[in-house]
Amino acid sequence: MRLVIPLMITFVAGMIMILQFFVPATQPMGDNLQEWYMIVSSAAIFLGAANLITVHVHKIRFKARNWKYSPITLIGFAVMIITGLVFGIEADLPFDYLFQQMVAPMAATMFSLLAFFVASAAFRAFRASNWRASLLLVSAFVVMLGRVPIGSMIWNKIPIISEWIMQYPNMAGQRAVMIGAAMGMIATSLRMIFGIERSYLGGAD
Amino acid sequence: MKRALFVLPLLALTGVLFAQSGGITSMDGGDCFIESLTAEDAPNDAGGGVDITWTVALDTALPDSMVLERKDDSGIWAAISTLNPINGRKTDNELENGMEYSYRIVPFYAGTAQDPSIEVSASSSTQWIHSGRIGMLITLVVISLVIFYYIDQGKRGKELYIRRIAGLTAVEDAVGRATEMGRPVLYIPGIMDMDNIQTIASMVILGRVAIKTAEYGSSLLVPTCRSVVMSVAQEIVKESYLQVGRPDAYKRESINYITDDQFGYAAGVDGIMVREKPAAIFMLGTFYAESLILAETGRSVGAIQIAGTAMPSQIPFFIAACDYTLIGEELFAASAYLSREPKLLGSLRGQDIAKLFFMIVIVLGVLTATLGEAWEPASKVAVFLKTITSVE
Repeated sequence: MRLVIPLMITFVAGMIMILQFFVPATQPMGDNLQEWYMIVSSAAIFLGAANLITVHVHKIRFKARNWKYSPITLIGFAVMIITGLVFGIEADLPFDYLFQQMVAPMAATMFSLLAFFVASAAFRAFRASNWRASLLLVSAFVVMLGRVPIGSMIWNKIPIISEWIMQYPNMAGQRAVMIGAAMGMIATSLRMIFGIERSYLGGAD
Repeated sequence: MKRALFVLPLLALTGVLFAQSGGITSMDGGDCFIESLTAEDAPNDAGGGVDITWTVALDTALPDSMVLERKDDSGIWAAISTLNPINGRKTDNELENGMEYSYRIVPFYAGTAQDPSIEVSASSSTQWIHSGRIGMLITLVVISLVIFYYIDQGKRGKELYIRRIAGLTAVEDAVGRATEMGRPVLYIPGIMDMDNIQTIASMVILGRVAIKTAEYGSSLLVPTCRSVVMSVAQEIVKESYLQVGRPDAYKRESINYITDDQFGYAAGVDGIMVREKPAAIFMLGTFYAESLILAETGRSVGAIQIAGTAMPSQIPFFIAACDYTLIGEELFAASAYLSREPKLLGSLRGQDIAKLFFMIVIVLGVLTATLGEAWEPASKVAVFLKTITSVE
């Protein structure tokens, strides 16, 4: 029974989701399943919060390695919850102020790091070590040049070549990846719906 | 092949379930601004919808606005929507199936209602098959049968050739390296929830990786971005440790929730990388802009990195920053590849044959569409191929 019930749930839920795509009459059942998932997912937020608190309290209590960061996490967590519960989350209230003045700038800072990481990754990727890497280097250079005003100033055909590279060779490659991934998704879904793949149930294969 | 029988009802549905349309009523509007008004059952829905379509006369004075009205049970017209005075279409939803509903449009000039259009009627009904998806349904059934056939072949012990995937062959080496260096293995399952197929595939691979870490005695860290993913990961890792007889080595707190926020999660995982200095990092699942931030940080701490995603826009970043990258379908093949189970390998073979089918369809589609410009039968073949490979 430990195996049969999860397998049955997976089979029924999976078949309903497939059917609702092709049989409009079963769409309400699919919508219901998705609503159930939202409810389960919302309830699981408490699990996440409980895990966060447990892990960091445990670290502080036993003075685990790097435990000094844990109080900051817990204080930040508590402050955001308290301000949200006490004052509400509307604009110009403490929660919104903290979000706009602290959370948003910190997220923007992380995002901005991407510029430097792109530069370092590009530096490595664009080494002309063989003919394929050289081809990549030349196409990337043309695409980058075509996306900035100086490209068209150098030669007015560069933006057109850049667009052609993006629209044809690049798009063809991306679509090939997507078609392959779609096949993988179908095979994975079938394996799970029909109980062929059981490793996610643990020791059941 | 017995499993294929479950799929056959889907095929059967395509032939018998064509209960379509609740009828069309179309009227000319006489001298009214509304030239024609049509009401019909909304196609391909679960019922409760009527499509109303109208065209306006271009040679009469333009009204300020128009109001679409529906007659209620007591015969009184009630406004249900204000329309722009142009040709258009609107779906009236949440209606009772089988009941006849009447509609008309009233034009307003300077705030005054003028003569309404002629009324039209229609009833809504439930459709049992989506007419725009029949071709895809047949294709899906055929692909499923091919996959089941090869699963069956695998189970019967037929030797199936599966090409070597370097990224997956390196999984054992990566875990072994972490063990030798006495450093942890970091597994990042992406930033999406459990309703995403890539996250599901990632969880299956996590089970295989956890078996290796349990066997080698390495510590495994799994920071997650979603609570549900955390719960699932905890159960999968626990079961893997039990499977190899090392329940004592399982540490629940090693699989923890960080935050739902994309860059908050990236910052948290970066922090773990810098502090814990993992020897092996797995990034398998759905990634967006944080992919390169994570991969470059991982590289900076000297970890061997194996990444995999089906997000075409993130694959180049992983290729540039990681040692091995599973591209698209390889992510979904990983579980079967690592387990070497014949029936799972059979599904990979089926997947490859299905891909071959699509390659042939694409080549035929290009040829017939090109020839179809000059030769009509070829264009019909191109339309057929498009029908079986696309959905509305």
